[in-house]
Amino acid sequence: MLIILCGLIVLMILGAFVALEAASLLSSAVLLGIIGFSLTAIFLILQAPDLAIVQIVVETLSLVIFITAILKTTSEDATVRARARVPFLVIAGVFVVLFMLAMYWALGSMPPFGQPSLRMAGPYLTPEALPRTTGAANFVTAVVLDFRGYDTLGEAAVLFTAVMGVLAVLRKIGRKH
Amino acid sequence: MRGMTSIVKTVTRAFEGIIFLFGVYVVLHGHLTPGGGFGGGVVIGAAFVLHILANGSREAETDARKSRSALVESFGTFAFWTLAIVGLIGGTVYFYNFISKGTLFRLLSAGFLPLANIVIGAEVAGAIVLVFITLASLKIGGEK
Repeated sequence: MLIILCGLIVLMILGAFVALEAASLLSSAVLLGIIGFSLTAIFLILQAPDLAIVQIVVETLSLVIFITAILKTTSEDATVRARARVPFLVIAGVFVVLFMLAMYWALGSMPPFGQPSLRMAGPYLTPEALPRTTGAANFVTAVVLDFRGYDTLGEAAVLFTAVMGVLAVLRKIGRKH
Repeated sequence: MRGMTSIVKTVTRAFEGIIFLFGVYVVLHGHLTPGGGFGGGVVIGAAFVLHILANGSREAETDARKSRSALVESFGTFAFWTLAIVGLIGGTVYFYNFISKGTLFRLLSAGFLPLANIVIGAEVAGAIVLVFITLASLKIGGEK
């Protein structure tokens, strides 16, 4: 399982590079799908169907929205390609090495992969505790809507604000013509 | 916004209802099976986006769809907040689960979680449709 996961993660990184280097924005938007659908596969392998449902539909819809936006504006990649200078490359290399060392040091103190430490949440998230806490058979819904309801209210407000922002920006362009 | 060929329209007519129904199922069974308000709401929104993409949308229709989806989205946000407030007024604390929890694994169980799933699904579906139709009906430059 770990080998498949690593393969998918490498595929995602390669997909990100290819999407960056693609000639037109349209092919970049399509290539972004590699990342999203690999992530869906990872969620399914790690037995998180709740996330996989949301991820696969959001990936498809965001592709539609990206392509609509690109068709409305331009598919020309406006990146200016400057020649890489040596000092910047050295600084970037040093930063990457330091970051890797810090990650190695930090990840050593984490619990093993697939065995999260549930000191606080453990007693609430057992099949025996469900009927008296939330009564929901789906743990994810129980956590998202009951234990962490404030969080979900914040997410709903963020979505609402984002849509209002889109409307406010696009309405002004539309009215000029 | 123009529609697509009659092949696409026929296939869409066959599938959009099933997609919509699956979204409703995911929302209603959010407290029992994987999914919930966010996932099911996006599926419902995708069914509407498919319909609009295949059949196109005339100017008057677009305006009506915009105001309807804005209404649904605002209703969802407001109703979710109202659910939280009702717990504060009728029960004890903010976000108190004030409805009886019922039997585990039944459709009508888990207190107000199914209600919260439904209103979040309405909000997400409205938001998706609203953003898509605003972008799709945007006119830039000399485009008619």
